[in-house]
Amino acid sequence: MSPQTAIDAALVLVTLLGLGMLAVSRLATLVRFFALQSLLLAFLPLAEESMHGEVPGMHGFLIAGGTLALKVILIPYILSRLIRTGEVHREIEPFIGFTASVFIGALLVIGSFAVATRLPLPTEPASRLIVPVALSTLSLGLLTLVSRLKAITQVLGFLVLENGVFILGLLLLKQTPLLLELGILLDLFVGVFIMAIVVYHIRREFDHMDTHLLDALKES
Amino acid sequence: MSVLRALAAVPEAVVVLALPPLLLSIIAKTKAWFAGRVGPPWLQPYYDLYKLLRKGVVYSRTTTWVFRAGPIVNLAALLTAATLIPILTPGALLGFAGDVILVAYLLALGRMFAVLAALDTGSSFEGMGASREATFGTMSEPALFLSFIVMAIATRSLQLSEMLGPQLAGPWSTIGPAMLLVVGALLIVLLTETCRVPVDDPATHLELTMIHEVMVLDHSGPDFAFILYGAALKFLLLGSILVHAALPHTGWPAWVDAPMRLVELAALAGIVGVVESSMARLRLNRVPLMLAGATVLASLAAVLTLTRSAA
Repeated sequence: MSPQTAIDAALVLVTLLGLGMLAVSRLATLVRFFALQSLLLAFLPLAEESMHGEVPGMHGFLIAGGTLALKVILIPYILSRLIRTGEVHREIEPFIGFTASVFIGALLVIGSFAVATRLPLPTEPASRLIVPVALSTLSLGLLTLVSRLKAITQVLGFLVLENGVFILGLLLLKQTPLLLELGILLDLFVGVFIMAIVVYHIRREFDHMDTHLLDALKES
Repeated sequence: MSVLRALAAVPEAVVVLALPPLLLSIIAKTKAWFAGRVGPPWLQPYYDLYKLLRKGVVYSRTTTWVFRAGPIVNLAALLTAATLIPILTPGALLGFAGDVILVAYLLALGRMFAVLAALDTGSSFEGMGASREATFGTMSEPALFLSFIVMAIATRSLQLSEMLGPQLAGPWSTIGPAMLLVVGALLIVLLTETCRVPVDDPATHLELTMIHEVMVLDHSGPDFAFILYGAALKFLLLGSILVHAALPHTGWPAWVDAPMRLVELAALAGIVGVVESSMARLRLNRVPLMLAGATVLASLAAVLTLTRSAA
């Protein structure tokens, strides 16, 4: 298997995991899917650099290590602890049903592929799939974010969306300063940390984490 | 078609026609092995068919000719499809450009008559089974067609024996991920169409949970033998499509190629047996989600193939 095929296969798997997150109702499985997706992404900067025949530099290793530590280990750990301590284990009735959202997700993926072929790129990407997969992951994350009720699922949707941004960032791996990448990771960590605290407080206050109940101004 | 090809087809046809019940036997033996039992004898499906063929037929007075035609049309459609699908040899017996569509609709025709025959009995149980069979059949069809489309684009052919022939080795090396998705989609289609476990449980004894089995409750004697044989044949046909798509043999001599296909089909039956022993069947309302998943897999594969072939 050539490195090119390996990168392609990883990117396809990332898209499939994004779609899978629309089909699954158990929150613990969702977190596992997200961790697996991030794990695949963590190795992409290294694979891309070694594909060009260079030894992966400090830059690549730091990004891979940071992604691994944060998105594969720390954030899934925080989220699964949150799920374990709470009573809610499943997404019960999402705004858009599971089958319908999988179909919409597939349409979004097809749309991303259609759009990506029309986008001119300044540099030749490592794989032709990077741009379409980045766009699909972005839109799948957005779909998860808007179509689910539980706060944890919405956090996961946001994280998937960020994974899409990360894939897009691979295109500019050389040009992006390391500080910027690490800053994004730190922001993400703080974001999830705050959201975990918010979810915890929502639950303590209202005994559930359905965010749409927060829309009403007074109790009826 | 030359006379030589026709003559060579005779032993192949004999093997192909004799094979289907044996595959069911392999599934049954795998399940028995998982459960720690001995299982039925290897030739049990053949004994069953022989027993049924000797029996008389009982027809209910409420049924019409549709009920009698059902099993016969079903088996005839499947046998016709068998001439168009490459099973043991790389080339099918017959073939023309566009025969993929004929094959897909022969399968659909067989199913339609099975459904009509079930509705003709007027039993509410059979009506329920018919409605489920029709629903799941409709939902698995897009996945099957999209998989065919991927292979058609990849091999630039619309003839099934070429789409599934040695030409597929090229796509496997260039668009491997897409082909892997196609194989996944085809496996789900196979399990759905042949009513195996995640969708339907062939061993269930409760009419409310059956799909295929409840449709054929009123058939008896030779008619029922046709249905059982037809179901086994359908497994062989869809199984060979899957096996040919998954493992293209390039430039293998015929005396290695055909036995290897037999081994692969047996392995596929073993895999289905493992799936059946290790999984519970899905809740009925989760099945559409799985079929939607198969469609999505196949459409993603189609998109990948199109992106690559545009390059």
